[in-house]
Amino acid sequence: MTFLNLVISGAANGVVYAAVALALVLIWRSTGILNFAQGGMLMFTTFIAWDLVHLHGANYWVGLVVALLAGLVLGAVVERVLIRPIEGGPPINPVIVTLGLLLLLEAVAGMIWGSGVSSFAPEFSLNDYHVGHQLILFSPDYLFIVLAVLGVMVALYVLFQHTPIGLRMRASAFNPEVARLLGVRVGRLLTLGWGLAAMVGALAGVLIAGTQPGYINPNAFDGLLILGFTAAVVGGLDSPLGALAGGLLVGVIQQLLDNYVSIDLDSFYTFVVLLVVLMLRPSGLFSRTAVRRV
Amino acid sequence: MSLLRRSTLLRNGLLALCGLGIMLAVTEGLSDYRNTQLANIAVTVCAVAGLTVLTGLSGQISLGNGAFMFVGAYTVGLLLMHNPGTNNGELVLVLAASALVAAVAGGLVGVAAARLRGPYLAGITLALALGLPALPEYSHFQGKLGGHAGLNFLAPNPPGGMNFFRWQAWVCLIGAVVTLFLLANLSRSRVGRAFRAVRDDEISASLAGLSVARVQILAFTVSAACAGLAGGLFAVINGNVLPSGFPISLSLSLLAAAVFGGLGTLSGAVYGSIIVTLLPQWSYDLAHAFSMPDRVQLNLPQAVYGAGLILGMLLFPLGIQGGVRRIWALGRNALRTKPAGN
Amino acid sequence: MTSGLVLDNVVTTYGAVRALDGVSLDVADGKITAVLGANGAGKTTLLRTVNGLVRPAAGSIRFGGHDLLATPVERIVTLGIAHVPEGRGVITELTVEENLRLGALWRSDRRRETVNGLATVYEMFPPLAERRDRAADTLSGGERQMLAIGRALMSRPSLLLLDEPSLGLAPRITAQIMATLRRLSAEDGLTVVLVEQNARSALSVADSAVILNLGRVVASGAADDLAGDEQLRHAYLGF
Ligand SMILES: Nc1ncnc2c1ncn2[C@@H]1O[C@H](COP(=O)(O)OP(=O)(O)OP(=O)(O)O)[C@@H](O)[C@H]1O
Ligand SMILES: [Mg+2]
Repeated sequence: MTFLNLVISGAANGVVYAAVALALVLIWRSTGILNFAQGGMLMFTTFIAWDLVHLHGANYWVGLVVALLAGLVLGAVVERVLIRPIEGGPPINPVIVTLGLLLLLEAVAGMIWGSGVSSFAPEFSLNDYHVGHQLILFSPDYLFIVLAVLGVMVALYVLFQHTPIGLRMRASAFNPEVARLLGVRVGRLLTLGWGLAAMVGALAGVLIAGTQPGYINPNAFDGLLILGFTAAVVGGLDSPLGALAGGLLVGVIQQLLDNYVSIDLDSFYTFVVLLVVLMLRPSGLFSRTAVRRV
Repeated sequence: MSLLRRSTLLRNGLLALCGLGIMLAVTEGLSDYRNTQLANIAVTVCAVAGLTVLTGLSGQISLGNGAFMFVGAYTVGLLLMHNPGTNNGELVLVLAASALVAAVAGGLVGVAAARLRGPYLAGITLALALGLPALPEYSHFQGKLGGHAGLNFLAPNPPGGMNFFRWQAWVCLIGAVVTLFLLANLSRSRVGRAFRAVRDDEISASLAGLSVARVQILAFTVSAACAGLAGGLFAVINGNVLPSGFPISLSLSLLAAAVFGGLGTLSGAVYGSIIVTLLPQWSYDLAHAFSMPDRVQLNLPQAVYGAGLILGMLLFPLGIQGGVRRIWALGRNALRTKPAGN
Repeated sequence: MTSGLVLDNVVTTYGAVRALDGVSLDVADGKITAVLGANGAGKTTLLRTVNGLVRPAAGSIRFGGHDLLATPVERIVTLGIAHVPEGRGVITELTVEENLRLGALWRSDRRRETVNGLATVYEMFPPLAERRDRAADTLSGGERQMLAIGRALMSRPSLLLLDEPSLGLAPRITAQIMATLRRLSAEDGLTVVLVEQNARSALSVADSAVILNLGRVVASGAADDLAGDEQLRHAYLGF
């Protein structure tokens, strides 16, 4: 039963990693850029929500919605102002720009909100469920997390697969030149893509911030970025479904190692898992392109 | 004279000796505080020079050189803690050990890195930078590695009653000059050419008979050794090492320094290190002049690193030196074409 | 008619290379104009300059009263110009039908146009109808060419630019495609600019032709006249 419990709670954490992974995958797929600033961006939007809820007495839902909108705007602005000008340059340039943005956002957050830790109270209870006398490592708050992330994923799926704008977004991602010849305003859709990705990231930030007292501070989300990256790589980096599967897998593995080896090594495991995956299957465990590339 | 021109080894050696002599003489007139700053710059130069060779010459990115500094620092920490009374001659061996252990770690990571490109490599080295400093906190290692509180130890006493801070500056300057000297020769040598060939075009490099993977692993090893030495020097001048002394932002500030100076140039590594090391002090002064709150002042340097990385890429996609060189070339061409146009 | 495509003294450069070196061209409305020439003659560059993917250093390009040089690439299709790029340019990650839908997506009446257009294209190219839900990367070369042309037709263009539609195709399929172009031009009044290496088959369907060499127009005239000029054929067309 403990094992099953660990799998359940690991998977619940993994859903959040999946959301971060999805934010990375959406941008990677459309621009071939890995957004290292994603951790900083979702940290910043989470702080905005926290500021509203805890310093200005706003309702939790207001905070959440504002964080999502802030993510949308932040993502769009980042694409327009920072990414657009370096398009077509050496591939190392976006890596450095997004890392620079990570440093900048963490520093600015530290300037505004200080570098100490703060707590973001969750909207739902963190007390675990019981089935009969048996404790299940799953709480109403985690139920909300799972539903919220899955809901967003379904919404994005519908948007991408079943709407004209989704078709345009995919066309611009896969073949921008042909898309332009067909009248698609590729630039705008890239901006929208960054906005949507950052919005998913913002959701992950607010959700995970509530799971532990004292979670948030400007550097607290570095680990989440790496976990999300690992999940994305496990899933093949270009597949949204892979991101979900990767997130769940990483969450479960992390929980098992934390429990059976030691929680002190948490961030070291992430490195090991990433290393093992990249050595065994550099294109991810679930990637379709793996087949194509071979 | 012609011998000098032909032998880069000799020329670099003389240059290094002259530079070292001047700097060591200069430390005499500096305050303790300035000597400490000089020591810190020299430490940063070691790490940044290694990174700039890796990223600028061999074309691989590493966001994890802070982790190799961590390895070097803990190597020195452990050796000095268990060997109290180490003298200055033995310190050379201790520092060499820090470079060596980090080189081994770098070689291991390099094996993985050689199979990875661009963002994958960036991601895994970032994971390394975050994950490795967690090791001392592991309960089974806590006894040996000191856990959260880190390691405390005594560095050797300065020889012949020399001023302590001046001695620190000496040790670090010698370390930095030796590093620069070796890297300068390396980059001029066959190995350096191999680095560049692999960076410019892996396929034609391998067609030319180079083992791309081996070249890339070597570059990683060299870079890690430099970072390890930097970490070792860092430990020596601080007298302690802490897991929290090696955050991700350390690795990223090394990258910032390399980018500020122009990726791939050793002189750029020096400029970049000076900027990155002095920035916290400047921001402190600035914050005091404008009486900013502490939290602003404390975060100002990092904000400048971040903004600097971004602006550097937007304004000078080839690095500041590349940019300066381009402006220089433009000016020269303008001068050259003018008479022809008239 | 002044509504057609008119190029005047267009110069396009890539760095030091003058890929188009003063090209003037008046494309006849409702006719097929072949653009011929050796590798590197500047044919692809000509089409890319017309639709704005590269901007010329000098000259003017007008289409039906519009200055194309002032028109963003994304707006070109709305003026009635459709492009079938070299190497076909189907989006391999999308399905056949998604590729086709994209062709009509810019239209304000896209619902109706998509339904009608899909029906027309599937009728014209039955293999596409059978494969409508497959990813485009599973199509054969000929099927991809059909898809690219079908997608261009989905936008109901008045001017169709084709870049080497016969590239890599069996002669029979090439002939089919040429026949389709002929029919579209004759029945619907579609204007076609047909870039081809395969001069013989291009001249067989074209009304007129121009021959490019090193970025310059070296000959132009009725297709039959050019096909009959032995000297030209030997010098530039290689048959
Ligand atoms: N992006 C580019 N950068 C630099 N030079 C280019 C570029 N594209 C084309 N060129 C050069 O411009 C000239 C014309 O090229 P273009 O592609 O228009 O030829 P083409 O007639 O289409 O040839 P082909 O029949 O082989 O397709 C060639 O010399 C080519 O090398
Ligand atoms: Mg061509």
